Amino acid sequence: MHVVSPIRETLVLNGKSYHDVTEDICKQVEGKPTKEWKIVFGISVLVLLYGAAWVFWTWWEGLGVWGLNKTVGWAWDITNFVWWVGIGHAGTLISAVLLLFRQKWRTSINRAAEAMTIFAVICAASFIVMHMGRPWLAYFALPLPNTFGSLWVNFNSPLVWDVFAISTYFSVSCLFWYIGLIPDLATIRDRATGVRKKVYGALAIGWTGGARAWARYEDVSLILAGLSTPLVLSVHTIVSFDFATSVIPGWHTTIFPPYFVAGAIFSGFAMVQNLMLVTRVVYKMEDYVTMEHISLMNKIITLTGSVVGIAYITEFFIAAYSGVEYEQYAFINRATGPLWWSYWAMMTCNVISPQLFWFKKIRENILVSFVMAVVVNIGMWFERFVIIVTSLHRDYLPSSWTYFTPRMGDISDYIFSFGFFFTAFFLFAKFLPVINMAEVKSVLKSSSEKYPEKKKTTV
Amino acid sequence: MADSKYLVGVFDDGDELLHAVEDIRHQGVKIHEAYTPFAVHGLDRALGYSFPRMGVAAFLFGLTGTCCALLLTFWTMGVDWPINIGGKNFFPFPTNVPIMFELTVLLAAFGMSFTFFFMEDMGPTAKPIIFDVRSTDDKFVVAIDLAKNKLSEAEISKLLKESGASEVNVKEV
Repeated sequence: MHVVSPIRETLVLNGKSYHDVTEDICKQVEGKPTKEWKIVFGISVLVLLYGAAWVFWTWWEGLGVWGLNKTVGWAWDITNFVWWVGIGHAGTLISAVLLLFRQKWRTSINRAAEAMTIFAVICAASFIVMHMGRPWLAYFALPLPNTFGSLWVNFNSPLVWDVFAISTYFSVSCLFWYIGLIPDLATIRDRATGVRKKVYGALAIGWTGGARAWARYEDVSLILAGLSTPLVLSVHTIVSFDFATSVIPGWHTTIFPPYFVAGAIFSGFAMVQNLMLVTRVVYKMEDYVTMEHISLMNKIITLTGSVVGIAYITEFFIAAYSGVEYEQYAFINRATGPLWWSYWAMMTCNVISPQLFWFKKIRENILVSFVMAVVVNIGMWFERFVIIVTSLHRDYLPSSWTYFTPRMGDISDYIFSFGFFFTAFFLFAKFLPVINMAEVKSVLKSSSEKYPEKKKTTV
Repeated sequence: MADSKYLVGVFDDGDELLHAVEDIRHQGVKIHEAYTPFAVHGLDRALGYSFPRMGVAAFLFGLTGTCCALLLTFWTMGVDWPINIGGKNFFPFPTNVPIMFELTVLLAAFGMSFTFFFMEDMGPTAKPIIFDVRSTDDKFVVAIDLAKNKLSEAEISKLLKESGASEVNVKEV
């Protein structure tokens, strides 16, 4: 039954037994918070408080605290939104798509990636609410009857599709994450006493690990993966429609949906790489998140980075080939205009630097992997900035051409999202198991180097 | 509640449990349920359970979602308050596909998951019977209700031991 090709790398090192897996991962949840955790958590909370004060000021004072002007009406707000949504794609992608493809290496990173997804989507949604300027009217985006103050929403608008797509994605991601957590919560419940037993017991909703429950559970997981895969693709497709259905040169492109989805996977994997590299050191998870995992993630980063690279070049070609003067100008202005530095930052970070991963030495260097993941996310932020701001700042009327300069409001509201993201992630990493114990145990036999030979051949 | 007596066989390995379940069922022993820390593939079949059909729930809820979305968009845009946008159709079908897709996925996912929780009697206040707390850690456990079996406790215990159980315990619930 458990036949594994000898060329496959082992996924769990140092001959861990089932009980070792439980011990190693539950230890983090059951123990007192470490000093390192308190320090990083404290910093995150401070950053969150600083950001929250600025968000409050943004709402109090209005969007004038941002650097927007009458030509550039969307800048950091939507850049941050698209950036966070893109990062929020990796979790469900790792869990759902890799589950459908039966990729066993997903088991030790999917939990943290899904958690990251949920927090990233919350960060993204916060920019949507912020950029409304009057957040107390956010309910106007919902299909409520006319007596609530507005007309019915216009279902022809991609912005309304976005409301549906993001909220569906958020709810389904939470559900997928929670369903994956149930068996592990039961493990913690069965080891605990007192209040912790009550809390984790309620969260585990009575899971026993019965064979019938497991059969249904696996069926539910597989179908959820099947539903989430088109969902994750649809979300960024719809985000790209926000631009693609407009008539702004530089936005009005049919290549946007696949290009945005590839970029989302790219930045999402980079963020997962960053978080996992830190978590594996802080929580001593080197036996679960191995060089093989890091290397595989880097390969996906290189692949998706190349896909976005081709998209950038295709955009240029299509602009030239279309013969539309405005379209052509938008692209030449992007690369050589006043915001040229952002274009070349994007090109260097996203297309050129990930190509270094073709070398095995670089791909398997932890420090380089970490730095590269940061570089990729900087590049992906610039990609959205380039698309949004360079397409807007020189419009059809040369007398209204401007430049965009961020103000404290832009920067601080962006910092707010980091504060929230890391606060939420550290809370998750303390109170919930960061690695899916049940799934790691299920691949232990086929993917652990030292599992007793006798047991490998019982079938 | 202490009115049922269960024999609990504890195994160290999933495949051993799987074979033991096949063996002892072959000997005519009725098994209450097997509990494992992770999904042991084939165990449900070995216990004689039918194929799980959560897909049916997903499909029906998904269909409900599609219909609700179609109804919502058609009624608001086509019937209740049609808006003239550049003289175009009041209800252009393709622009409503994203909404239909999202609501299909939303209802299918939540409908199926809550059907699963309902079928397994799961909820925040559920009081599960746990035959061996190690069954969510590293042990593979099979529970046999003695009242429902013709064989004696000693005979079943012997069968379990022979098929590889590392421990056989008695649990009354």
